[in-house]
Amino acid sequence: MAKNFEAEILSNEEVAEKIFRLTLAAPELAEISRAGQFVQVKISDEFTLRRPLGIASTAGGRVKIFYRLVGRGTENLSKKKSGERLNILGALGNGFSPCNRKILLVGGGMGLAPLLCAAENYSADVLIGGRTSDEVIFWQEEFRPHVEKIFITTDDGSYAKKGFAIDLLPEVLSAENYSAIFTCGPEIMMRGIAKLAKEKNLPCEVSFEKRMACGLGACLSCSIDTARGRKKVCKDGPIFDAKEVFDYESDNPEN
Amino acid sequence: MADFSFKSLTCAENILQTEICGIKLPTPIFAASGTFGFGEEFENFVDLKRLGGVMVKCITPKPRKGNDGVRITETPSGMLNCIGLENPGIEKFLTEILPRIKNKMNIIVNVSGSSVEDYGELAKLLDVDGVAAIELNISCPNVKDGGIIFGTDERQAAAVTSAAKKSTRKPVIVKLSPNVTDITKIARACEAAGADCLSLINTLMGMEINIHTWRPTLGNITGGLSGGAIKPVALRMVWQTANAVKIPIIGMGGIRSASDAAEFFLAGASAVAVGTANFAEPSITMKIADDLEIYLQNCGLKNIRELVGKIKI
Repeated sequence: MAKNFEAEILSNEEVAEKIFRLTLAAPELAEISRAGQFVQVKISDEFTLRRPLGIASTAGGRVKIFYRLVGRGTENLSKKKSGERLNILGALGNGFSPCNRKILLVGGGMGLAPLLCAAENYSADVLIGGRTSDEVIFWQEEFRPHVEKIFITTDDGSYAKKGFAIDLLPEVLSAENYSAIFTCGPEIMMRGIAKLAKEKNLPCEVSFEKRMACGLGACLSCSIDTARGRKKVCKDGPIFDAKEVFDYESDNPEN
Repeated sequence: MADFSFKSLTCAENILQTEICGIKLPTPIFAASGTFGFGEEFENFVDLKRLGGVMVKCITPKPRKGNDGVRITETPSGMLNCIGLENPGIEKFLTEILPRIKNKMNIIVNVSGSSVEDYGELAKLLDVDGVAAIELNISCPNVKDGGIIFGTDERQAAAVTSAAKKSTRKPVIVKLSPNVTDITKIARACEAAGADCLSLINTLMGMEINIHTWRPTLGNITGGLSGGAIKPVALRMVWQTANAVKIPIIGMGGIRSASDAAEFFLAGASAVAVGTANFAEPSITMKIADDLEIYLQNCGLKNIRELVGKIKI
């Protein structure tokens, strides 16, 4: 059940250019959270809306969150110091399905945050995609204690294999039998991964991101089209079965 | 001693208790349509029975998918939305949703149609157990085929009001648009057509442009502005309208605190509704009720009704 928490900030540091890692002391929230869920962070009274951010770790009673500086809200958040308290609403959304057998996590950019939480809780390998070496190296460090194998691509070839995560995926899938793929990142990336998963007959769960106001399923800001009609990313998601959200018959990205 | 504390307890409980259109309200604080779902989404955060009522998400004759693309954006002290009346339609509301929520709170059903007849039909279908009142949405700025075309024309507003009034025994509240030159003209037209109550204001039409892509931020190009930014406009319109009509007013627009609410009562509102503030703080209505109670006590008043329209000019 979602609740409001006043959590103490343990650290709030820049781990790559414009990417921050926020660690909060929040034992109760950590206890009730599932991998794939998110929180609504209250920046200050100056802002009309909260900011939805994925839960990246719940280990040791601490909740870890990663965010990229994109606007005034995240800029304000980045200035908060350890020792300050932050009001967060959570845990929200459905979370990934429980899984006993080994899975493959495929993430692009900030999409790796909810996958890190999955890595903590499930047996998994991870395929990390990023634009530059700066964007992938800290993720590699974060995932290392929780996964068996790490595969990396960078768009510019500045680290590991040059290309997109999807380019490396067939090779990764042929080397091991995974029970499912969990993916989060740009929609175009998730779409490609879901298509390949379907060809291989692998279950695939995708994590969606959409602008939202309430995070509780009331405002309908985050509606998306699915095979079962419009669904709310905040409440019915953010995790969806790839088959429900992507139409493979059509190449139209609007579908 | 026991007697004394019982007395003070009932006194404290009664201070916010009031009535509007014959509906008993534990507090004069409503949740505004479109910001509170069907109420149940907020059950963990709010004692729904302590609200005056919930204006549930706007219902239309047929299900609507709402608008495509980006639906919200934050603006200085507010936000723009263009949800576009996404809702399951009246049939599903009556058969699936209403039975589930009807004993949980006072339910005001917000409705929108694309013709005068639609409003009559919706009002008729909602003349059922579990519905406390009907709120006619003639002010949604985000759909082409409904709402606002009726809210910006006196004759249309009157026609819609009268169609609804003829079709139902439920109190009819008309929700007014601020996107007009003189809101009191529309207000008087609705009153003359039989409206039991007016609620105001709906959102102000606005827009935002992304200077990197040169495209509008919102999928619908324009959207409705809400939140703290619109409070002075809403308050002015409530005050003007209160001077123009005799029927009660539910004031809304940017209310975030008990002091904001108190301003609306002073301007002439008999009750208030909280909208956008529910997004940032889902339990805000309860805090507003608590703080309003203290404010009234500090003013030496015994009931919220004593504050209504008491602005000193």
